[in-house]
Amino acid sequence: MGELTLRPGPMPTGRAAGPTPLNALGDNLLTTTLDKVINWGRSSAIWPALFGLACCAIEMMGTVGPRHDLSRFGSELFRASPRQADLMIVSGRVSIKMAPVLRQIYDQMPEPKWVIAMGACASSAGMFNNYAIVQSVDKIVPVDIYLPGCPPRPEALIDAVVKLQRKIRGEPLVKRPA
Amino acid sequence: MAETRIAQEPFGPGPAQEPFGPENEPPTDWIELNMGPQHPSTHGVLRVRLKLDGEVVRDADPDVGYLHTGFEKSFEEKTYTQGITFSDRMDYLAPPINNVGFVMSVEKLIGVEVPPRAQAIRVMMMELARIASHELWLGTAGLDLGVYSGFFYAWRDRELVLDLNELYSGVRMMTSFTRVGGVAWDLPDGWIDQLQRFIDVMPARIDDFEAMLTDNPIWHQRLQGIGALSAEDAIRTGVTGPMLRASGVDYDVRKAFPYCGYEQYDFQVPLGTNGDCFDRYRVRVQEMRESLKILQQVVDTLPSGPWITDDRKVALPPRSELSKSMESVIHHFRLVSEGFKGPVGDVYAFVESPRGELGFYLVSDGTNKPYRMKVRPPSLCNLQPLKKLVQGVLLADVIAIMGSMDFILGDVDR
Amino acid sequence: MLVESLGNRFKQAVRESSDFRGDLSIVVDPSAVVEVARYLRDEEGFDYFLYATAVDWPARDPRFTVVWEVRSLANKTRIRIKTTAAMPDPHAPSLTEVWPAANWHERETWDLFGIKFDGHPDLRRLLMPQTWEGHPLRKDYVSFGEPVIFSDQKLEGLEPDAIRG
Repeated sequence: MGELTLRPGPMPTGRAAGPTPLNALGDNLLTTTLDKVINWGRSSAIWPALFGLACCAIEMMGTVGPRHDLSRFGSELFRASPRQADLMIVSGRVSIKMAPVLRQIYDQMPEPKWVIAMGACASSAGMFNNYAIVQSVDKIVPVDIYLPGCPPRPEALIDAVVKLQRKIRGEPLVKRPA
Repeated sequence: MAETRIAQEPFGPGPAQEPFGPENEPPTDWIELNMGPQHPSTHGVLRVRLKLDGEVVRDADPDVGYLHTGFEKSFEEKTYTQGITFSDRMDYLAPPINNVGFVMSVEKLIGVEVPPRAQAIRVMMMELARIASHELWLGTAGLDLGVYSGFFYAWRDRELVLDLNELYSGVRMMTSFTRVGGVAWDLPDGWIDQLQRFIDVMPARIDDFEAMLTDNPIWHQRLQGIGALSAEDAIRTGVTGPMLRASGVDYDVRKAFPYCGYEQYDFQVPLGTNGDCFDRYRVRVQEMRESLKILQQVVDTLPSGPWITDDRKVALPPRSELSKSMESVIHHFRLVSEGFKGPVGDVYAFVESPRGELGFYLVSDGTNKPYRMKVRPPSLCNLQPLKKLVQGVLLADVIAIMGSMDFILGDVDR
Repeated sequence: MLVESLGNRFKQAVRESSDFRGDLSIVVDPSAVVEVARYLRDEEGFDYFLYATAVDWPARDPRFTVVWEVRSLANKTRIRIKTTAAMPDPHAPSLTEVWPAANWHERETWDLFGIKFDGHPDLRRLLMPQTWEGHPLRKDYVSFGEPVIFSDQKLEGLEPDAIRG
């Protein structure tokens, strides 16, 4: 395992990350419909990887709990093995020692995969501007949705997952009135 | 800042100091299994390197530090009041208890009296946090052992406590409700009624949990006789809290060194006999019931009066005074911009968190910031004997033992 | 009373004692710490180990004050044992043979302060990565994170990361 280099700035995700077989076919009627169906399928059953780090993980568990039930939105199970997961919810502060592990788990997830940076610590190191915490997880992995809060409420996490679903389907993240 | 390089943490045997050293070189048919930092049952980011002989564990080396946040360094850079917000995030299952411990050390240093109503409010928030933490422990430790429905029972009850937290402080978890000299706000109208409803509903819910688990033969087989720690060993290895009490040692900070008015309330300290995982479970469930008793007593005897000290050098004046008195404005300005200064010296204040004795050792050099704030984490002390406890047990029992220790990595690593 | 018996027994080694806010603490010579600890455990009943840490006073020489605190469960008392460690190579005796619970606490103090504990069975870093250089809780260790830039500050000459922060 080599050295881990932190790249400054957010990394490209989705279509900007490069061509996929579907994109390469071009935008004709068949592929756009197929695109829509596949994206609908992907967005309706996002299975997060179990990646609870700190306090946000407790609110993530609360989101799966009986009151705010995340499995209504398709995330029926949290998979312990990253090979079977498609979403990584980085919930909590990422310390220097944990950073290579996080990258390794991200690399082990098969495409397509998405990342939600849950909480202030994952989005921007939160209140911990010091030697021990990686200043935002987007230095290590590309992030799709940043979710502020310390910790964000379970409803906020559900909102993030719903916005991610819209992003996967290619819709605008915020619905504007017609 | 430019590209930062992080040296890869070696997952192999590691450089230089190898705990499985030449003097106890294991046989070559042992496997080294890495129970890595990302694991559903490690309750956080703990890494345990296990040496397995088939299914039996021969040695274990817990590797902590995956959640090291530099709290103690951060405390040195913030004033006493700013540090309260940081203290929540250490033991993040029971943040109110961290808050109280932190301000108690500052109050001990400066010598500030806390009014009775503030003490009662602190006790209520702390006991609610204790119930929430034990519920969460039950839910997750059960989840590790296959009790999937227990997780949902636990969260149903925990949400009630989080609602009460939110009604009082505005935040579900990280309440930061204490200030040096008292608490930040008075109880809102109707909070006591909501608390009373909680107290009325909870005993039946704890009974539900017990009915599911206590006489369950699978639960017995998974927990009884596993991870037993005798009383002498428990004291020698320095464990604390329910782990210590399950081994039969009668030591609870609330009884031995009462704080915040705990001496007025009548409650028992549950003790175990064998010190195994099952006893720890019994102790924690009983502690939840005792917490409900304490809560009822506080509600019945809640004193009225101020909720923070009126020593203006330490606590903010009420806003109504600001328009009337110049002195109040000056105090307010001083406290908000600079904070208050403490005398030179060092103190140790400690509270009973759901994991054990949580202590704050504060060294002050006379400025408005702590010079050194050392946190004595109960979870670190509880995690230490893991190496000893898992020798000779099956791999599945390691999960049960780690679950019964109830450590939280935010506390271990700080 | 306890302090008197310590003073009688150990004469020069116990240098000072204080009782600030009800906390009893003694300052002991580094060479006598283990003996004093053994006496406290065996004769005075201090059986329960609380914590070990250090305090960094860069302006003083010796620079570090190493602190251990122990409790007697039966007598409900506490005592804080302090000693000093000087640069350039700070050492302190390890109390793991007296109180085994001191193991991880002393490892953490080595990790964060760089004070070696003589006689410790397994002195490795506890919280920082094994290959980390530096001891974070020393006062001269700058706790870098990211500079926070405000809108009225000039942006030329700063690296791209800093602007984003």
